[in-house]
Formats: sequence, C-alpha cells, structure tokens
Amino acid sequence: MNWFTKFLTSSIGRKLIMSLTGLFLIVFLLVHLIGNLQLLIPDGGEAFNLYAKFMTTNPVIKFTSYGLYAFILLHAVQGWLLWAKNRKARGGQGYAVQATRATGTNAGIAKRMGALGTIVFIFLVIHMGQFWFKMKMGDLPVQIYDGVEVNDLYAPVKAAFSNIGFVLFYVISMLFIGMHLMHGFQSSFQTLGLNHQKYTPFIKFLGNAYAVLIPLGFALIPIIFFVKNM
Amino acid sequence: MLKEKLKKMSHGNMNLTLKVWRQKSGQHKGNFETHKVQASEHMSFLEMLDVLNEKLISERKTPVAFEHDCREGICGSCSMVINGQPHGPQRGTTTCQLHMRQFNDGDVIAIEPFRAAAFPVIKDLVVDRSAFDRIIQSGGYISVNTGQAVDGNSIPIEKDLSGQAFDAATCIGCGACVAACPNASAMLFTSAKVSHLNLLPQGKVEAAQRVLSMVNQMDEEGFGMCSNITACEAECPKEISVDNIARMNREYISATLGSNKTA
Ligand code: HEM
Ligand code: SF4
Ligand code: FES
Repeated sequence: MNWFTKFLTSSIGRKLIMSLTGLFLIVFLLVHLIGNLQLLIPDGGEAFNLYAKFMTTNPVIKFTSYGLYAFILLHAVQGWLLWAKNRKARGGQGYAVQATRATGTNAGIAKRMGALGTIVFIFLVIHMGQFWFKMKMGDLPVQIYDGVEVNDLYAPVKAAFSNIGFVLFYVISMLFIGMHLMHGFQSSFQTLGLNHQKYTPFIKFLGNAYAVLIPLGFALIPIIFFVKNM
Repeated sequence: MLKEKLKKMSHGNMNLTLKVWRQKSGQHKGNFETHKVQASEHMSFLEMLDVLNEKLISERKTPVAFEHDCREGICGSCSMVINGQPHGPQRGTTTCQLHMRQFNDGDVIAIEPFRAAAFPVIKDLVVDRSAFDRIIQSGGYISVNTGQAVDGNSIPIEKDLSGQAFDAATCIGCGACVAACPNASAMLFTSAKVSHLNLLPQGKVEAAQRVLSMVNQMDEEGFGMCSNITACEAECPKEISVDNIARMNREYISATLGSNKTA
C-alpha cells in the first residue's frame, strides 16, 4: 500500500479525517448561522433573499459549497465506517453490567457519536430537501429588488416555520447537533494532537459554549417565526 | 448497634453473591454462574476469589480461572471486570489491590473477563493479551550497544520531562484501557509505551519509526479507534493520562508526513 493511503486508512489517519472535516463543518455552521440570522431582519425577506442569491451564484462560494457537500459525505461515511469497525473491535459479547466512566468528557454522548451523527445526517437530508433543493431547482416564487429578479427563499422558510411540526423538528434536531458538538468540538483538537496544559481548558470551554450557543441560535429562528406568525 | 458494628469489623464477615463468568475455552460458549461467598472486608478481591475457589475445590468443582502474579499492583495480570468496571470501582487500583471494604454486606458482584475482539477468552476470566506483547515488540525498545553502562547522569534531562516519561512508563500493560473503551481501543496503552521512550533523549533516536510501527501493529491486532471518550483514563489503574494519546497522534502525523520512515 502506498504510504499515503496507509496513513489515511490507519486508525489515526481515519480519525484525522473525522477531525478535519468536523472542524470544517464547525466553521460552516457559524457562517451559516450568521447568514440565517438575516431572516430575522424585518424587511419582508429582502436581505435574506439577496444573501441567498449571492451564496448560490458567487463562484468562490459555489466552489466552497461543493467542498462542503463532499466533506459532509466524507465525515458521515467515515463516521459510519468507524462505528462499524469499533463495534467489531469490541467483539460480540457485551458486559452484563454497563458502567462507562469518563474523565474528560460526557461518556454518554461520546460513545454515541455515531448514532447522534446519523440523526444529524437525517436532519441534513430533510433540511436540504426542504430549502436547498428548492433553491437549486428554482421552483420558487420570485421577488424583484431594484429591477432584479431574485428567488424568494424567504417564502418557503416562512411557510415551513408557521407549522408547529417543522418548528419542533428543527428545535429537536438542534439539540442533537448540540450534543454531537459538545463532545466533537474538543475531541477534534485531541485527535489532531492539539492538547496543551495552557490551551486545552480554553478549548473545552469554547467547545461547550459553541455547542450551546450555535444550536440555540439556529433553534431561535423557527421559534421566532412561529411566534410572529401566530 | 455499635456492638454489632464492632463485631462485624473484627470478624469482617460479608455475605456476597458473585455472578462469575465461566467459559471452558475460547471455543466454548460462556455463561454466568452464581456463587455465595463469605469474605472479610480486609481481604483483597483476589483473596475473596481464593476463598471461592477453596470452596469450589472442596466441593470437587472446577475453580474459577483468573490471572494473578505479583498481587501488589505492578504486574498487570489480574485483569477482570467487576460490576462493569475493569479492576473494580476504586480509581487507580488493580484488582489485587482492591479490598473488600469497597463493597457492602449483601452485595451482588458481577465478575466478567476483559472483553475485546483482540483479547480472546482463554478460560473463565483469563484472556489472551499477547496482542500487547506484539505491540511492544514492534517498537517498545531502544537500540543501544551493549558494554559498560553509561553514567545515568551523563545525559541531562529536564525534570518535568523525565517526570512525564516516568508517568507514562508506569503503565503495567494490564489492558484495562481496552476493556473499558466502548471501541476496545488500545490507544492509551500504545501511547503510554510510545511516550515513555519518545520523551527521553535515548528514545528520540528511533522516535519516528517507533510511533509508526507501534500504531501499525496496534491496528493490525484489530483494536478499535479512539473516540476520545476517556473511559480508559478513568479506569486505568496507573491513571495514565490521555495527554499521551494526543502526543501519539501528533507524533504519528508528523512522523508520517515529515520523516522518510514508513510503518
Ligand atoms: C453539523 C454537522 C456536523 C458537525 C459540525 C460535526 C462535527 C464533528 C466533530 C468536530 C467531531 C469530532 C472529530 C474527532 O473526534 O476528531 C465529530 C465526530 C463524529 N461525527 Fe460528526 N459532525 C457533523 C455531522 C455528522 C454526521 C452527519 C455524521 C454521520 C454519521 C457524523 C458522525 C460522526 C461520528 C461517528 C463521530 C465520532 C468519530 C469518532 O471519534 O470515533 N457527524 N463530528
Ligand atoms: S494504560 Fe493503564 S489501563 Fe492501559 S494497559 Fe497501561 S496501565 Fe493498564
Ligand atoms: S496481580 Fe499483579 S497487578 Fe494485580
């Protein structure tokens, strides 16, 4: 086997892929949230629609977004592979008494990253089908701003978030993303070998803050829409 | 009340129900057997098992096979999972150093072998941990010329560094980290063995090759990958730190990308 292939298929190499793609997704989530907060500007959706148009037409962003899709898939597929391999390594026989203790993280979350990630994946598929697919396929109403036709992505968002079922679906999904990140954020640094007496406490703090605040920010959008439309 | 307590302390009679894993060999299927045992709280866990085995032998039954050697917490052979925890409930303690005062009269105690695909059961509580030996063989050594021993102080080593290396070197290779890990990963063990040599000047010479070879061997043995759950650190009788795992990740990545060595 070529040394590089061997590296990427070694236990540490596989985890390196998880860590780097995970960190990329973490940065993406922040950018995505900042963009989405424009939904809350009371201008009938103009700022958000212009932003959505920019995000789907700007060549640099388009290129980055293909990277994003690839990274989500890579992270998910590698995650499922790890899950399967780790189960196999455990062997068929479990312990009669289950008692996973942990020192540096929440063991209950950390040992269920595969399951949590799969829930996040299902959310992503539904979420993208709902908005991204509509934007790409263009079966959206249009708005004219300064004489330019712009897809009105705001309209389906508003429609979806007046439905309590969708609101709950989004809010609950954010809880799972939050849990995934609660362990994932700090874990990705440890995987890269970035563990340091001086910085690790800060990374853990930042990770916990991120895992609470970002999903909370995302969850607030459907809640605010729902309350405003009531 | 007090009288009773004092009486209990002096005689230390505890009535325990043990659920012990019995398995004739790797080829046989195993199951739990229930036994009643009377023990004193001053006994170690292994002495309590000795009492059980005496009883089984007097009843002409096969005693429970378990591993032990030093009985002073340094050889790492007394591997078993007690109520879901490798080496039992007390932090930083091997089974042989665990005392029955950690338990209460009337307790039900489940005793199982370490479970991992890479640690097949040989008999009852005894598992084959030779996968660890092969990891050590792949790089857990330094190459030096034989001859007169050099003066220990001829190479200056910073105190903090020698402390870290020594902490890593206290790993007794017991395998509790693997047993505790939901992924059956051997990262804590391997990283301790890599660290204790790579941190020191004598080990630096072969550091890149060592980490590549040892990780490669660890993977070949079929251990799982590290999800940074830190269950290993929580259960390690020598309280080896997961900082060693980060160090090994770091060294593995840089040895792969930054040296001309391959595993
Ligand atoms: C919002 C999207 C997501 C983000 C931001 C994210 C982030 C992360 C991060 C930072 C880690 C830690 C990596 C490490 O330990 O080195 C991680 C681990 C993991 N992720 Fe995700 N993830 C996301 C979605 C998913 C999805 C869709 C799956 C699908 C299966 C998934 C499965 C996993 C698994 C299994 C692990 C644990 C790997 C291990 O340590 O063994 N994640 N994730
Ligand atoms: S790291 Fe700890 S638990 Fe693992 S083999 Fe060494 S002493 Fe045992
Ligand atoms: S018997 Fe040696 S460590 Fe327990």
